Amino acid sequence: MESLYLLIPLSVVLVFLIGVAFWWSVKSGQFDDMEGPAYRILMDDDRPRDEAAAPRQEAPSGTARDD
Amino acid sequence: MSETQSNYNYKVVRQFAVMTVIWGIVGMAMGVFIAAQLVWPDLTYGIEWLSYGRLRPLHTNAVIFAFGGCALFATSYWCVQRTSHARLFAGPLAAFTFWGWQLVIVLAAITLPLGMTQGKEYAELEWPIDLLITAVWVSYAVVFFGTIAKRTVSHIYVANWFFGGFILAVALLHVVNSCAIPAGLFKSYSCYAGAQDAMVQWWYGHNAVGFFLTAGFLGMMYYFVPKQAGRPVYSYRLSVVHFWALIFTYMWAGPHHLHYTALPDWTQSVGMLFSLILLAPSWGGMINGIMTLQGAWHKLRDDPILKFLITSLSFYGMSTFEGPMMAIKTVNALSHYTDWTVGHVHSGALGWVAMVSIGSIYYLIPRLFGKQEMFSVKLITVHFWVATIGVVLYIASMWIAGVMQGLMWRAVNPDGTLTYSFVEAVKGSYPFWTIRFVGGLLFLSGMVIMAYNMFKTMAGGKTEDAPVLAPAGHHA
Repeated sequence: MESLYLLIPLSVVLVFLIGVAFWWSVKSGQFDDMEGPAYRILMDDDRPRDEAAAPRQEAPSGTARDD
Repeated sequence: MSETQSNYNYKVVRQFAVMTVIWGIVGMAMGVFIAAQLVWPDLTYGIEWLSYGRLRPLHTNAVIFAFGGCALFATSYWCVQRTSHARLFAGPLAAFTFWGWQLVIVLAAITLPLGMTQGKEYAELEWPIDLLITAVWVSYAVVFFGTIAKRTVSHIYVANWFFGGFILAVALLHVVNSCAIPAGLFKSYSCYAGAQDAMVQWWYGHNAVGFFLTAGFLGMMYYFVPKQAGRPVYSYRLSVVHFWALIFTYMWAGPHHLHYTALPDWTQSVGMLFSLILLAPSWGGMINGIMTLQGAWHKLRDDPILKFLITSLSFYGMSTFEGPMMAIKTVNALSHYTDWTVGHVHSGALGWVAMVSIGSIYYLIPRLFGKQEMFSVKLITVHFWVATIGVVLYIASMWIAGVMQGLMWRAVNPDGTLTYSFVEAVKGSYPFWTIRFVGGLLFLSGMVIMAYNMFKTMAGGKTEDAPVLAPAGHHA
């Protein structure tokens, strides 16, 4: 089963790399706050501005431009 | 560079979102067509490029990589920008991922009916197309991780971890499995042979399910379910555990596709064991997603987008329960090679992958075209019910047909001869293949309704990029 000589080392190296990524994310404080991030995405208002309705939270003017 | 740093790049999201719906119709129509060929075998008799064997890989490639792929590109590009509070990195490269990916799909649609194939399931495309896929995928990784790198908030939202894991894993799987020696422009031979090739293929095949069809769509789920419900995910901590548990264990489950084959027995057992372990993170994630609605269940009553998203999670739970069960060798002895497998795949593909994508795209379309909501919310509800009935008809008929086929194939008389000939099992399957055809047709009609709704929403819409706002509660 030569293919296992490829796949098993590959998977082990991968697990090691995932371990490094995990270690980095713990060290860099990615998991210090396990509540806030869930609320933060909800505070990001992505509704298009509706001209008919009352003006919503406005962005700095003159920034909206298509590329 | 005409890149405006202060705007989100909506253009590429818009392109991918629209193509998701278009390729959804094409891919599912292809599926309905080959389902019809099973009911009426003479449908395209004598036309080799319309034969079942050539169109079936076209169907799988179109729904997985064209429909599912476009949905993943659209949602990941949206999510990574909005949660990083940064414009997409490398605009021209992002545009290349769009046009490159469309070219891959068109090339697949030409070469597969012509019979050019590597003969590897879900990796049929010949080597020149494989090279193009690699170029597109590397660009995708650069755009995605570049955006993560230039984020203006320190935390990387959990959905981005899922998207990132999916992008890296698919790159690795594609490169290892597509390794081949070219023999001309349209022909190549795999680097591996015999059982080796089978093992590499199913290491790829199962992880394609695990990372392309699961991790990526879980990223979608962890962003769009909370956004649509207007609630934070039930447990953010659990979502992080879900991610790490899933990626640490998924890579090892592939051998369950090769039970009772020339593969060494212990390898099969390892595959079965890891498949069983996978039940835990999968259900953790499913419960986490559904419980996000805790205290807001009433929203399910009149929000069809939420109906799509939550129903998709129920199907995710069902198929991730069914999968480990089918990976048990004794169960697999009955289910393997029967329509049960086909039913299982579609429970995941239609119920989970398609429904979570459809829900997310319904969320995106109005926002991408400057509208407050879809042209018709009622039509989304119609789509939801048509699609749900379609999935249920599909998987229920395949369960019955599959178990029946398995039992008929293994039945032996007291003298040791087979009780049924193969054709008797085929004959018995006909009614269920007809029901499956109807189920698929219903699901396809749902997509057509979605396309109508989408084009009506797009009509007169503004294609304006939203400005990048400083994150709420962010102290500069």
